[in-house]
Amino acid sequence: MVDVTERAKQLCEVAYYPGCALEGSGNGYDVSTRAIAYELGLRLRDVKDWNCCGAMEVKNIDPKIQTYLSSRVLSQAVNKTHNNVVMAPCNGCYHNLKKAEYDLAHDENSRDVVEMLSTKAGHETYEAGQAETIHALDWIKETIGVDGLRVRTKGKLAGLRIANYYGCMYVRPRHIFPEKDKGPGSESTSKPHFMDDLLAAAGAVNVEFPLKTACCGGAHTLSDSDMSTKLVLNILQAAEASDAEVIATECPTCHSGLEMHQIRAEKRFGKKTNVRILYFTQLLGLALGISPRKLGIHTNISHSLDFIREKGLT
Amino acid sequence: MRSIAAIETRIEEIQAKPTANAAGELVSLGEEVLEHWICARGETPTHAKKEGFRLLALHRQGAKGDPSFNACRETCRELVYHYNLVTLEPAHSDTMKRIQLAALVAKHLVLFVGGKMEVSGLGEFCCAAKPVRKNETVAS
Repeated sequence: MVDVTERAKQLCEVAYYPGCALEGSGNGYDVSTRAIAYELGLRLRDVKDWNCCGAMEVKNIDPKIQTYLSSRVLSQAVNKTHNNVVMAPCNGCYHNLKKAEYDLAHDENSRDVVEMLSTKAGHETYEAGQAETIHALDWIKETIGVDGLRVRTKGKLAGLRIANYYGCMYVRPRHIFPEKDKGPGSESTSKPHFMDDLLAAAGAVNVEFPLKTACCGGAHTLSDSDMSTKLVLNILQAAEASDAEVIATECPTCHSGLEMHQIRAEKRFGKKTNVRILYFTQLLGLALGISPRKLGIHTNISHSLDFIREKGLT
Repeated sequence: MRSIAAIETRIEEIQAKPTANAAGELVSLGEEVLEHWICARGETPTHAKKEGFRLLALHRQGAKGDPSFNACRETCRELVYHYNLVTLEPAHSDTMKRIQLAALVAKHLVLFVGGKMEVSGLGEFCCAAKPVRKNETVAS
């Protein structure tokens, strides 16, 4: 068993893999992650010369190429950034790095392909077990922890009713997340709760939200936009029916989808919803007293600044 | 068997005007959705029950050999959970709200499965894309 304090110390400085989305549509997630890291005294070392994790597109053409691309990110973290814990806030990146780790540990053919392509590309081949990939939720939970956040935030989010939306890639497929479902203290793949725990520590009221791991329809956006809009509208309506004022997100794809299709649902189907959409890191940042601007809230598509002021969070 | 669109319409009717006895119907509608998926795979929908619910047995059948279908596993379980809440505490002050939430959960199921069936003709979507994977390309 790992000593909790040692573990927290180990995670105080991690290799940070923002991924492509956080440099674009999910910029508010990147900005707020960096802002809370600074405020909490945690150090993020950007993975040097990182590349795309392979996302969904590459995986759909050839999953082994995706395994290779993710393995290169891990190789860069270990060999160039000299840190063997990689923190990936994006669910897609987190999922793909975990999947690559699993594939390399269990599939000889994947190992051969990664070795062949790594040699060809002229970098060191990543081998399973050299690094550990964690999510931003793990990172905060295991360093500052619920008790630490409670002390630092002084219940600043008191009374704010939040529906925590994890999306589908944070917990699926179960077998690539061996550290989950380990009983008390560990994350659950059927009922994830780390985001609930962190926001509750900051004073928020987590509502009972039945679609917390439901698909946001992100993959449909290009092939059938109406289907994506309907899936998102249903999630927004479920959050409102659960009495939530805010949906907290931890995935840039889900977040962008919720924001864009909230607008589209009104234009296309005449269905207006008022629930606000904010990254959990933005909410934690507000709880830590960081200004909305420093958290990139003004860069979100949906307007939350008036609401934040009304709630006395500035 | 009703069409996917007809199931969606019926769920929307319940969502708009929830009634105390709608919980059972929502579970049945969920079963119909899964029957569509299973029939589209050329199989016969099971009449077995898992943990007392055919819905859960149908989900298990639908996910066999297609792990991406597990993306609606918790949706099915949430529908069952809300059914249990309503039927075990019918006089609870939140009953109508619970029915409404169950309708939203059932709606997610019909949208997710309907979308998955629609796009499967293109070679599946989301975390699947099996037809392409089966013909491994560059790296194999």
